Amino acid sequence: MIQIRDLYKYYGDRRAIGPLTADIHQGEIVGLLGLNGTGKTTTLRVLACDLLPTSGSVQVGGVDVVAEPDKVRSKIGYLPDRPPLYEDMTVREYLRFAARLRGTAQSGLDKLVDDAVEQTELGEVRGQLIGTLSHGFKQRVGIAQAIVHRPEVVVLDEPISGLDPVQIVEMRDLVRSLRGAHTVIVSSHILTEISETCDRLLVLDRGKISWAGTELELSTEFGQGLRVDITVRAPNPGGLVSMLKLIDGVQNVEPLPQSEPGAGIVTLRISATTDIRDRLCRTLVNDNVAILELVRRQELESMVLELLGGGEAGARRRSKKREAAEEAAAARKEGA
Amino acid sequence: MNAIVLIARREFFAYLRSPLGSAIIAACLLIDGILFYFRALTPKLLSAEVLQEFIYSASGTTMIAGLVLSMRLLAEERQTGTLVLLNTAPVKDSQIVLGKYLSALTVLAILTLLTAYMPILIFVKGSVSVGHILVGYLGLLLLGSASIAIGLFGSALARSQIVAAIIGAGILTPMVLLWAVAKAVDPPLNRYVSALALHHDNFRPFMLGRLDLGAVAYYLVVSYFFLLAATKVLEARRWR
Repeated sequence: MIQIRDLYKYYGDRRAIGPLTADIHQGEIVGLLGLNGTGKTTTLRVLACDLLPTSGSVQVGGVDVVAEPDKVRSKIGYLPDRPPLYEDMTVREYLRFAARLRGTAQSGLDKLVDDAVEQTELGEVRGQLIGTLSHGFKQRVGIAQAIVHRPEVVVLDEPISGLDPVQIVEMRDLVRSLRGAHTVIVSSHILTEISETCDRLLVLDRGKISWAGTELELSTEFGQGLRVDITVRAPNPGGLVSMLKLIDGVQNVEPLPQSEPGAGIVTLRISATTDIRDRLCRTLVNDNVAILELVRRQELESMVLELLGGGEAGARRRSKKREAAEEAAAARKEGA
Repeated sequence: MNAIVLIARREFFAYLRSPLGSAIIAACLLIDGILFYFRALTPKLLSAEVLQEFIYSASGTTMIAGLVLSMRLLAEERQTGTLVLLNTAPVKDSQIVLGKYLSALTVLAILTLLTAYMPILIFVKGSVSVGHILVGYLGLLLLGSASIAIGLFGSALARSQIVAAIIGAGILTPMVLLWAVAKAVDPPLNRYVSALALHHDNFRPFMLGRLDLGAVAYYLVVSYFFLLAATKVLEARRWR
């Protein structure tokens, strides 16, 4: 669906992104992950044809963003980090305007607007001025304008920034609901968000993709595999650990402190090389073990920190940078 | 619907909804009325001279109104982040600029038409040619069009409306003052400098009720030049 090849974008002499090569397939939700200033927004702006690349090529559905930007723009819905909202318009007026601007014919306009309003749950505020809406609703209107013309690709830059926990959950569901009908690219530096929403990750570091794949692949590459914490009620807790170790893919089973009181209740942390949740549940149920809770451990944050040098290596690098900056400042002072 | 009309319509209603549009119209009508009363309605002047005085006074407010109306057109969109919506829609930069320009020109045309009661008042005690009035109003619209195009160019360059107004005024004022520069320049160069002045030599025919096609072409070329420049600024920002 989207092919990015050797993409570079310079702001003056400063390289914002490049060389960047990636493929994004139809119908998937891809998370663009990276620290602030690593080129996430620039990449998305190039994809949305807001900026033109310095060199390299980007094709959306086989159409080049430089050769035929208008064709690409009609295939894309874009929500920037700050939703582009006219506060003097009502939600309905604004969505009609956004759809018409993207070339939607008058005939099907009302249906498209109603569908977008329904999908983003804006029904109760559709007649309200955008300027009077809460931040969460404004963010929803931002997404609605990105999907109102039913684009093939939806590009969302930090869609959950500034939302409260309830709104984050609602926004997550909304982004997930776009899967299949649209190819979605979401950028965020909130790792758990990406982990919850996306099928695949592109990790950006200083304008380049430093890693691409699923969370599980990332986890495997970093030797962590999949980790699940499971609480069960077993008739024979003693033999449970050895039984679980026999499941194909299980690396280690580690008992944890009992998470809730009760006879026969055991909490275990299971490490595996592959996704064993399916087999694990089936084995336990067949063995007459009641599963009370199964939680997948979110290790993404530590893995990405390691990937981006935010761990010990990163701390050493930052310390070196700080020292160099202090030395340069001292030299300038002496010169003055 | 064409993107130009769509953008122009949105902007036009934005003027009507915001206090800016009505404030500009009210202020201009007030100033025009005061100037008409004190400068034009004197017993010493003949009817045609009264009309000339009115058109001359109104030209000043038209230029200022053109600048104030246009300063927000692109700068505000950039300031509030809404320009992205237009930039990522299948719309050409020239269509964005033209849509914005037409919306401001429509407001200015409404404002100019609302001053029509003043020339009509001349008929109470005198008589002027309707053609003189129409040509005078055409001149005001052309001058307003050029001012809006200059202001729009300033707005394309700036991030804030104030800076946009300063840039617009920084271009418009020297262009008006070119007639004074022409006085200090030796012939034959002074004729060329004077011919480039935004007001004076180019506006005088309209004041006198004479339809000068050269002056009409001048204002159209100035409008086109600055609209094109604004479009190029928008295009260049994508490559930046």
